[in-house]
Amino acid sequence: MTAIAVDGLEKTFDMHVLGDEAVVGLADVSFDVREGEFLAVVGESGSGKSSLLKCLYRTYEPDAGAIHYYGEERIVDLAICDDRTVIAMRDGTIGYASQFLDEIPRVPAVDVVARPLIEAGLDAESAREQARALLSRLQVPTQLWNGYPATFSGGERQRVNLAQALAPRPDVLLLDEPTSALDPETRQAAIDLLDTYLDESTTVIGVFHDTDVVRAVADRVLVLDDGRLERIAPVEALTGEVLG
Amino acid sequence: MTLLEAEGLRTIYGDGCSACLDSTGPADGTNQCPHCGSVVACAEADLSVAEGEVLGIVGESGSGKSSLAELLALEPDPDGATGGTVSYGDRPGNLLDVDYETRHDLRTGEIAFVHQHIRDGLTLDFTGGGNVAEKLLSAGWRSYEDVRERVTALFDETEIPLDRMDDPTNTYSGGMQRRVQIARALATDPDLVVLDEPTTGLDVSVQARVLDTFRRIQREEGVAAIVVSHDLGVVRLLADRTLVMRHGRIVESGLTDRIMEDPHHEYTQTLINSVL
Repeated sequence: MTAIAVDGLEKTFDMHVLGDEAVVGLADVSFDVREGEFLAVVGESGSGKSSLLKCLYRTYEPDAGAIHYYGEERIVDLAICDDRTVIAMRDGTIGYASQFLDEIPRVPAVDVVARPLIEAGLDAESAREQARALLSRLQVPTQLWNGYPATFSGGERQRVNLAQALAPRPDVLLLDEPTSALDPETRQAAIDLLDTYLDESTTVIGVFHDTDVVRAVADRVLVLDDGRLERIAPVEALTGEVLG
Repeated sequence: MTLLEAEGLRTIYGDGCSACLDSTGPADGTNQCPHCGSVVACAEADLSVAEGEVLGIVGESGSGKSSLAELLALEPDPDGATGGTVSYGDRPGNLLDVDYETRHDLRTGEIAFVHQHIRDGLTLDFTGGGNVAEKLLSAGWRSYEDVRERVTALFDETEIPLDRMDDPTNTYSGGMQRRVQIARALATDPDLVVLDEPTTGLDVSVQARVLDTFRRIQREEGVAAIVVSHDLGVVRLLADRTLVMRHGRIVESGLTDRIMEDPHHEYTQTLINSVL
């Protein structure tokens, strides 16, 4: 079953600060993702990987094209639906983890991770319990759980960020380089968690810097080049070629 | 569901003339009418707030944010000429036209305002508890025990030390005074809280704690909020949707992260790119 169908997606940035220069982010991108599929997006820096995820999350407003999300109750075009529909979908249906943690300072790590669960209606203690379990699985040292993420290392912060995005088990999870600052051991912990924590039906679209992560987690790979879709193929078909 | 819907809100200082609206705004680069000298603090402002939603209003000093906030909090500046319509929930008619008594009821029960200047919101020689209790009394609470119990719960919720409850508010730190304002605003379980520059005058570490407290309560209780701030960081962390103002007009609106990362209007791009 199709989870998301992207059709003719276009994104251009009108840079008024650069004398109204128009910078093309994405041009005519079309693809489908099946429910439960793990799609990795690869391409060189500036090829439009993050722009694609941000259009799917509507942090960027597409200029043309459609992003049909096939929900249980209805089909939503994320490219054009109103802001409040997007806000409602971000509450458990679509999750997003960027490379960097963006949180109110001086909130303990365990509360940062528990927050989406509490907002989804779980009581605070159960939410913190689940948050601690996630932090533990991502090998965030126990003594940091009540510390403030702003004081953590890049890798520790990134794991708090990933734990927060995974916690509410969204139907669709968008991951933008969530393991870029991790060492091999903690990266493996993140891969294991992605493998086992999410439901079978969770659809994941992720940008990963490391080809070994892509090979470990992805079903298919979408290759972007200069804002255009170059190809989309099963991960096995690209091993040795695009994925080294 | 829409809680509040506003159309054509405006506040003009001065005598005003027929050319005021056409001669001011972002395209004219000023909010002062070149013909009569009146200042169009805000005009042609349309917006809506859904139940439980947080709407951010950003813009530089003098862009009209506070004037708009005052209208939305039903506390228009008596020195200005105001206009427009505000419809609220199922209530018929324009909230800006209601009589004194109705406005009093709305302001003590349903729409709360956290003033930018603590002096405008609190009586500093009253006790902290007294400032919160006063809101309850003006909303018709009469039992001393009920008031005391509610004030204690609010102090607890907003993380103000309970043993300071009976001290004069002017002996409180800036962060505690801000918390008293928030406790007072939330006292009667309003549907909407308007916060004008909620972090002004607080040092950075205290700002974060106050924002976190407010966000927690806002989400837990599902209260809608309008947050006015010149600090993009405050709005980024609190608001679902954001309006950008310049020269008294709304120049752009949208999802907060969209405004921050994919700003369309020339001014918004400059504003976002000016963050230190």
